[in-house]
Parts: sequence; structure tokens; C-alpha cells
Amino acid sequence: MKLDPYLPKSAEIMARFQESPTIFSVQCRFSDAKWQQQFCFQPGQFNILYLYGVGEVAISIASDPTCQDSFLHTIRVVGRVTRALAHLKVGDQVGIRGPFGSFWPLNDAIGHDVLIITGGLGCAPTIAAINYLLLRPNDYGHITILQGIKHSDDFIFKDKYAAWQAMPNTTLFIAANEASHDWLGIRGYVTDKLASLSFPEKNTLVFICGPEIMMQVALDILLQKNFPEKAVYFSLERNMECALGHCGHCQLGGLFVCKDGPIFAYPTIKALFNRPGF
Amino acid sequence: MKKTFLKHEHFQQLLDALKEAGFACIGPQVRDGAIIYDTLTTSTQLPWGLRDFQEPGSYRLEKTAEYKAFSWANGPQALKPYLFKAEETLWRVKRDEAGKFIFEAEYAKAPAIAFIGARACDLAALAIQDKVFIEAKQIDIRYQQRRESLLIIAVNCTYASKNCFCVSAGTGPKVNHAYDLVLTEVDQGFVVQSGSERGAAILAKLTLTPASLLQIQQGALEIQQAANMQSKKIPFNNTRALGLALMNKLDHPRWLDVAERCLSCGNCTLVCPTCFCHSERDKPSLEATSSEHVREWDSCFTKGHSYITGKVIRPDTQSRYRQWLTHKVATWFEQFDVSGCVGCGRCITWCPVGIDLTEELSAMVEDFHET
Amino acid sequence: MLQDYPKPTLAVYKFTSCDGCQLAFLNAGVALLELTNLITIIHFAEAGFVAPTQAVDIAFVEGSISTLDEITRIQQIRAQSNYLITIGACATAGGIQALRNFAGSNNWLKDIYATSDTIDSLKTSYPISHYVKVDTELWGCPVNTAQVMVAIRSLLFNAAPQVKRDSVCMDCKRRGRVCILVSQQQSCMGPVTQTGCGSLCPGLNRACYGCYGPSENPNTQSLGAAFKKLGLSDVDVARQFHHINNQAPAFHQAGNRFKTIPIWVA
Repeated sequence: MKLDPYLPKSAEIMARFQESPTIFSVQCRFSDAKWQQQFCFQPGQFNILYLYGVGEVAISIASDPTCQDSFLHTIRVVGRVTRALAHLKVGDQVGIRGPFGSFWPLNDAIGHDVLIITGGLGCAPTIAAINYLLLRPNDYGHITILQGIKHSDDFIFKDKYAAWQAMPNTTLFIAANEASHDWLGIRGYVTDKLASLSFPEKNTLVFICGPEIMMQVALDILLQKNFPEKAVYFSLERNMECALGHCGHCQLGGLFVCKDGPIFAYPTIKALFNRPGF
Repeated sequence: MKKTFLKHEHFQQLLDALKEAGFACIGPQVRDGAIIYDTLTTSTQLPWGLRDFQEPGSYRLEKTAEYKAFSWANGPQALKPYLFKAEETLWRVKRDEAGKFIFEAEYAKAPAIAFIGARACDLAALAIQDKVFIEAKQIDIRYQQRRESLLIIAVNCTYASKNCFCVSAGTGPKVNHAYDLVLTEVDQGFVVQSGSERGAAILAKLTLTPASLLQIQQGALEIQQAANMQSKKIPFNNTRALGLALMNKLDHPRWLDVAERCLSCGNCTLVCPTCFCHSERDKPSLEATSSEHVREWDSCFTKGHSYITGKVIRPDTQSRYRQWLTHKVATWFEQFDVSGCVGCGRCITWCPVGIDLTEELSAMVEDFHET
Repeated sequence: MLQDYPKPTLAVYKFTSCDGCQLAFLNAGVALLELTNLITIIHFAEAGFVAPTQAVDIAFVEGSISTLDEITRIQQIRAQSNYLITIGACATAGGIQALRNFAGSNNWLKDIYATSDTIDSLKTSYPISHYVKVDTELWGCPVNTAQVMVAIRSLLFNAAPQVKRDSVCMDCKRRGRVCILVSQQQSCMGPVTQTGCGSLCPGLNRACYGCYGPSENPNTQSLGAAFKKLGLSDVDVARQFHHINNQAPAFHQAGNRFKTIPIWVA
């Protein structure tokens, strides 16, 4: 019998980390050791997590692909399933299908500078990419990270960011629209910071994840700075239910975000990008 | 392939032969004032002497002068519910004594079906659903199991309703997709042709005579008449040109106009033989000893269809209708290399307020000229 | 979960109603027995459990608010409940008795009772959500037993109950029912009514009368216009909306648009 792509495999929660009041991470391992060994993914891809009796939800994979004995999901508590997932404890089981979807062009980026722009917190798809790049400093040029958040109080992963900042060849900017008086980062929009920076003419790939309106502003600035369209990659969010291109919920025009995306080079989505209703 | 003739009074032999070959016969019959498809055990269940009168938002059956079994166009559904089920369990999960999950896939259980009375548009739609569920990288095993055992007894249309537009959609009224047997109804019976070995094996069991030239000619003429009856047309003959034209009209005021009439009820999508959207949910037992994972037909007219945490991509009727129509006749080409419309007219008939997609399309792309 | 009980606690409270929705529990049969393995029922007067002021995890509320005393009582219940679910048209939309909101209730009282002095009643009937925060609303007249059980199961899994508000038509189509609006010209409310009943009435060849309340995105204007084409008058159309869920905003406004029903002419 062929493998049924609708059928989850059971996995165990190895560890659980509360990252902030509304964000947590779970380290998972497939119950079937052989399956765990075969499981390989690329940063930017996602799994479908199944919570017993409740349902499924698409969550991107946050860990490094070289880690073979487990994988990590960072989950923000926003919907019905994620709220219930937050109750998971070490030793509990979940169902997993995956990995699904396209991934950041980390191979194409070898030898290049990489600019990463994220809006909002818990932008797991970019965190996976940042970790990947910084673990392989010899393969890549300069890494610039621009993180935008709404309020400085929302800032999490402080240790992670401090470590990133300390890496050679890495520049990190964190901008908060609203900031408390002791905020040491930038005050204002992350896209304003982007506008003030200059980059080498070519040779830089850009990875962007965040609200579409923010991604649009960032794109406009980049195009003004003469970045080629094909150098800009987006991670899109749509209602991904089956992840197989069958259920139809994640369509963006003729694209199924679950299998043609979620990572797209800008030219692929140009026609309907940031167009309300699509 | 040689054409033969099956008398009306011998139609029962066909049902018997199919049954003997192990098939459950599904065929047209009248229920609640419409022609629907269900288990067919005797030929007397067929809608003899009836025809459907359809208009936008209206369907009724009328008696005809001639005693034929297939002198009607279509009903609210045909093949789709038999392959892509309206509701279906995909898998079950339970916990063993140690609390570990045991997942079990649910496979198709129903016996092989012989579907009697598939029309040209139904088969065009079937070819599209095949592309979605089995000709893609990821396969739905349940659909595949049912599809592989399906025996198709097609019927060429000899009548078209006021809402049919298969001629301009490029799908009918003559069957032009694969079948096991195809029938054309003429006086006293059917001109029959087989399209597969399975079909030929069934034919071998029936009392047939060679079809006369007159019968063959009458059949061809009747099919031509069904084509001539059609008054509706889909612009640009349902080609990519229509899609291109429509995608240039995403801000046309007609979208707002149609949103004022559209009920957002989802009927058009659920009677559409090509619409494939579905949602999934878990059905746990009350005591949580097991759970079923179920999928059911969904529609782009629901909020849940475009819901992502904290946001609905398509919150209003205007954007939902535009998603449906642009997908159906434009972006479908990018996904499946064909239009998603087969010209059956069901979305027009079964829309409670009679919204006619051919009219909506014409209004939006009227000034767009074919090159 | 409350400390005093090993299992989560559940209560069913009654306000102005016919008791039919409480029967959703009593009619559950075996499921009710299974349920008592999972939760402790602390208050459910119709089933014999009485503890009206005790703190509770899951509170089901039946009925609308139509007296002063009920306002105080629902506020107390809200304060003592972790999760509050309204069941049925009365609790969720004010019920059929809310038709009095359109009329002068004093005149009604005079007409019906010998002496209206003994009647202590508000001039209006409103849903529970008019007075306190409601966590989940289960619609219907009456509510559907299966939907209630699914909601409890979901809460026991720490997940909010999932209440789909798609149209009844979706259920009809999934069940292979022939549309009675299109094929029989019945003035069926299915296209603007939310799912949950399993399209019970259309399945019996009878038009849906909207007892599950408005669907998520109802176009009442267009459906009302279609009803008029079938021969209904403006008043008839208004009555379709000003019925069991007359206080649900979408139906309330629709009825008013077509014509307020002259229930009482003062």
C-alpha cells in the first residue's frame, strides 16, 4: 500500500520552552526511529501538527536541518489549535505530517550577502534561516538582520539576538514602533531603517517575512535601491489545511501556497502580491 | 468500434449484466422533483418520459410526449459525490495502553460502481477532478481506489436545458472523454458503442442488433439538436483568453453589483462538478478513546475558507465571488492547464437568486476583444 | 479546573424559555452516562441537581433575560463560571418571546392577564450576551444534542468549541438533498441561516425557518427580494426574519427593512 499523505505519524514532545507569554517551542521526535532518521527538511518548510481530538495546524520548522534526532517548532498561541497545543507537556504525543512546501534559497545564497527582514514576533520561518546562515559563516557573506516589532515590551528571544549580534560579519537592527524609555534599539518602522541603509549593488539576497503590507513597503524600498526582483524572497501565510494542494484553501491566484510556497521569489507572485482578497 | 442497437425493453439486461460482473449500478431516477443518481436495480426506475425545465434559479420536471429514458439534461449532482465524497473519514486514531497513538488510514470500502448516464460535461469534470486528486504529486488514495474501479456508461445528450452551454465551453454535447460504453438514445432504444474491453465484455452479454444507418443518423441528428438548443455562451469559448480578460477586470464595478445579489450560500460551488475545496475536522469520541479525522466539501464562499489566525483574507461577498469566478475560468488554467468550467449550468440553476456566470462574465469582459 | 472536584464541573441554568434545550442533555441517552464519567454535574434543576450559586467550570445557559431578577442572576452566574455557553435561540438571540420588544408590552399584559399588577417583567426579552460576556453561542430552537456534546468534548481538550456559521445550504448539498427553494419555490431561509441542525427541515421537504439564526455573511436583502418574486408580501418577508431569532442583528434589521410586523397597534 502506498503511503497516505493525509495520515500523520506519531511523535513525542522531548522538551518544551516557554519563549514568552504567548509563544512556546516544542522539540519533537518521531516515535518511529527509522522515520526520524529519514526525516529531512529545509529552512522555510513546515509540518502539519495534529493534536489529538482537536485538529491539525501548519507550523514552520525552526530547527537546523542537520539535527537528526529531533526537530523544533516555535508556536504562537493565536487560534483554536495553537491555544490547545500550548497545554502540551514533555512526554505527550502529537501527530506530524511533513515536511511540506518550498524553502529559502540557502544554496543559491552561498557566497552572497543575505538581508533578512521580519515584521512581528515569532516569525519562525526567518529564524530557521538566520540560524542556518549563522551556523555556516564561512559559506556566506555579510548577514544583515532587520527585525521590526510593534512595542519594545514584546521583544523576546533576547539571548538569541544577543548571540546573533556578537557573530562576525553580522549586523542586527531591531526597531520598535512604540518603545519604553529604556529601549536601546531603534524607534520607528523597520522599513524606515531599511530605507536608510545602503547595500552592495548586487550580490545580496533578501528574505522577508511578516504582514503583507510591511512586505510591500520593504519591497518598494528594495526595488528603489535597484535590487533585482528575483533576489527578493517572501514567506507567505495562507490557510494551509491539507498541505497537499487538494483542499483549496491556501490559493493565491493559480498558486497553492502550501506546495508552490510558502517561500516565493517575488516574480512568481508579482501579479497578485498584497492584493486584498487574494 | 462497431455500433450496435439495444432496445428499450432490453435495458434491464444491461443492469443485470453489470450486476453479474460485480458492479453496483448507480443511475438516474426521480427524487423530490429532480433527477438524481442513486442505486438502480430496475430499468423502470429511470426517468421515462420526463425532461427538466431549467432557468436561472429554477428547476422542474415536465412530462414529454416521447417515451425515452434520457431525454433530459441534468440534475443537481452527477458523478462527483461518488468519487469525491461530500463527507468522508480519512483516518482514525486511538491510544494504546501506553498512551501511544495508533493512526489507521480509512480506505474506500464501497463496491465498484457502474455509473449509468454520465454526460459529456460530467466526464469533462471527472477528468479535472482526476487531475486534482490522482494526477498530482500527492494522491488521494480513497479517490483513486474508487476511480480505478469505476465503470462509465456515458450517454450523449439529445436535449439541452436553457442553462446548458457545453458547446461554447468545449465539452459537449457529444461525449469526448474516455468511457466504457456510450449510449445515444433514439426511437425504441439506444445506439451503443463500447470504449474499453470491460465495456465490450458487458455488451457481449446483451441482446443486440447491428445499428441501422437510420438509427445512427438519427442519433447524430439528436446530438446536433441538443447543440442547437443551447442559447447560453461562455465568452471567448472558455479559453485562456477569457481568463486573461477577466484577470484584467479585478476592479470592475460588476463585482460589487453581483455581491449585492449573491447570497454567499455556497450552493454554486457545491453543485459544481469540478469544485474540489474541502475542509477537515476531528470527530473525537466523547470519552476520548478514539478520534476520526473527517473531510467534507467546503466552499470559497465561507469565512473558514480563507481564515488565517486573526485575519480573513476574503471577508466579504465581493472578494469571495471574485475568488470563485477568477479561479474557475482563469487561474484554473495555471493549475490544471484547462478551464474549471464545463458548461453544465448547475451553478446557474441551483443559485437561489439565479446568478448566471455567463452573464456576469460577459458584462465584465464585453469590451475585451479576442485577438 | 476547580480544586474541590476531581473532574471538571458542569451546570445548566434556566432563564426564560420552554426548557426544550435542557432536554438536549436529557435526550442524550448513553452519551449522558458517558458524560458523567468525565465531568461532575453540580447544578441542573431539571435533572435533580441543585446548587445555583456554586462556582463551576462549564456553565450552560438556557433562556433569555426577561425579568429584573434574571439580570442579577445571570451576573452572579457569569461571576461564578469559568466558561459560559448559551444554548438555543432564547439564550442566544432572545427567543420568540422577544417579539414583544417590537410592541408595547403593557398592552400585552392588560390583554392577557386579569390583573397585570402581579406580573414583574421587563418590557424586553434579550439574549444573555446583552448583559454578560458569553464565551460560545450554540444556536437553534432547540439546540442540537450532538453539537452540545462536541462542545463539551472540545473544552475538555482545552480547545474552544468550533461553531461553523456556514449556510444550511452547505449541509443540504452535502447530504444530497434537492433544493426546495429552486425546485419547489418554497421560501426557504437556508441560504441565510447558519448550519448546525443537519438541514433537518429541508430534509423533510419543508422550508428552513431560520431557527439557527443568521449565517456568517447573510444577504437578507437579496433573499427577501427573491421571496417577493415567489409571491410573498413585504409583511410575509418581514415575518420570515422577525421570528424565533428576531433579535439577532442581521434578522432584526432585515425584518425592519421589509416592514415591522404590526403585532400590536397601540
